[in-house]
Amino acid sequence: MGLYIGDKMMKYEEWSKLARKVSKKSLWMLHFCTGCGAIEMPPVMTSRYDMERFGIAPMATPRQADVLLITGYLTVKTLRRVIQVYEQMQSPKYVIAFGSCTINGGMYWDSYNTIKHLEKYIPVDVYIAGCMPRPEGIINAFIKLMELIDEGKARGWEKYQKYYDKYKENQRRVFNFEIEGENEEY
Amino acid sequence: MDMIGMAITIAILIAYAIIGSCVGLLFMGIGRKIIARVHNRVGPPFYQNFIDVAKLLSKKTNISHGWIFDLALLFSISGILLTLLFLPIGGVQLLSMEGDAFLILYLLAIPALGFALGAGASGNPNAGVGVMRALVMMLSYELPFIITLIALMIYYDTTSLATIVKMQSINGVKSWAITMPPFMLAAFAADMALQGMLMEQPFDIPVAPHEIASGPMVEFGGKYLGSLMLYKAIALVAETTLFVDLFLGGGVILHGRFAFVINFFVWFALIFLLFVISILIAASFPRFRIEQAFSFYWKYEAIIAAVSLIWVYILVIK
Repeated sequence: MGLYIGDKMMKYEEWSKLARKVSKKSLWMLHFCTGCGAIEMPPVMTSRYDMERFGIAPMATPRQADVLLITGYLTVKTLRRVIQVYEQMQSPKYVIAFGSCTINGGMYWDSYNTIKHLEKYIPVDVYIAGCMPRPEGIINAFIKLMELIDEGKARGWEKYQKYYDKYKENQRRVFNFEIEGENEEY
Repeated sequence: MDMIGMAITIAILIAYAIIGSCVGLLFMGIGRKIIARVHNRVGPPFYQNFIDVAKLLSKKTNISHGWIFDLALLFSISGILLTLLFLPIGGVQLLSMEGDAFLILYLLAIPALGFALGAGASGNPNAGVGVMRALVMMLSYELPFIITLIALMIYYDTTSLATIVKMQSINGVKSWAITMPPFMLAAFAADMALQGMLMEQPFDIPVAPHEIASGPMVEFGGKYLGSLMLYKAIALVAETTLFVDLFLGGGVILHGRFAFVINFFVWFALIFLLFVISILIAASFPRFRIEQAFSFYWKYEAIIAAVSLIWVYILVIK
């Protein structure tokens, strides 16, 4: 597969390198803020920290977005919605996990109804540690994601396709603790 | 048609599509920059929208919702290109006929209906609400716009866009329609109608991202959203050009063999000015609800347009 430009054929690798160079400059973000981090997002979007100067813009629906930003803890019930939203997004798609709760459960480490490791259920490209991370931290994470995309290392979406069964198995295991009859779809 | 003629026609069409989308994307980028400066932000670079479209077109998965969803975008883009061919740009008009001022109104409705068809085919309730609002908005801004168009037709005694542009360019800037008092009123009404056509604030309720999740665009992603952005870019150029043709003499200030080069730049400056005015209005006003927008157009704008129509009629019969 390739594209002819002038005499020589452009290789598929070169072509996708160009696509990565372009797409790192335009990251459209869907912020899934059911956890506690939502209050950090308005300063990042508006005049104080202004994320639009990096080409990052908030989007309204998962179909239009490239980056899923998940703030804070996720209950089992919310995880179901996160997975639906993640699967609606168009690849290449990336996930940024925000706050300690997505890394190891944070202050909810012994809670009965939150998940501890987001990585088990959907592939995460960049983590932001802290409780709460500052707006600078969010922008820093986006710049790190840009570097990873440029180097071709942000391959979470390919991992999800490759190990789909494993991810589904993990998801099913956590949903089985929920009420009978509600876990038909997963 | 012979082969060479057909090849030239196809080449001109492609050139129009490329120029239209490039100018439109450049304007949208500059518009984002202006809005950012109004908000006291740095804002994205002016070429940000080119990057956005390139990124959307390079997406790897693209969800379709059936063949109507696929064809609707083609419908929109071809409709807006046809509109662009009928509009004089710097005095150069590729297709023309008697009565094309009426034809333009129908042609401008085609892309909007195609867009509505695609949004409806996606089956999303937000898209349905957005399409309903977009159609009500179209119904509202077309009344004042048609009244101003009729005033122009009565004054210049023609239904041809080419003649309207030609009559206004006899004495250069001095004979532009906007220099006459009745048409100043009409131009104000038409500019507000333009704001609704461009779907900028305060008339952006059909695509309000916070209320109905960007309305008709809710199910568009990847290459579909990229083509939609290209369509919006060309539509921006076509709609501002229509205003320039009607009130600002199509940007024609010189006559002669190579005058079209200068006229082209004047046209470009004028549509840019119109776009900046519309962006500044958008940056300073909040959004109207749909019934507020409707009553704004049908009460105040329609009355302003009707006053200019009566004024013109009195001028003509005297």
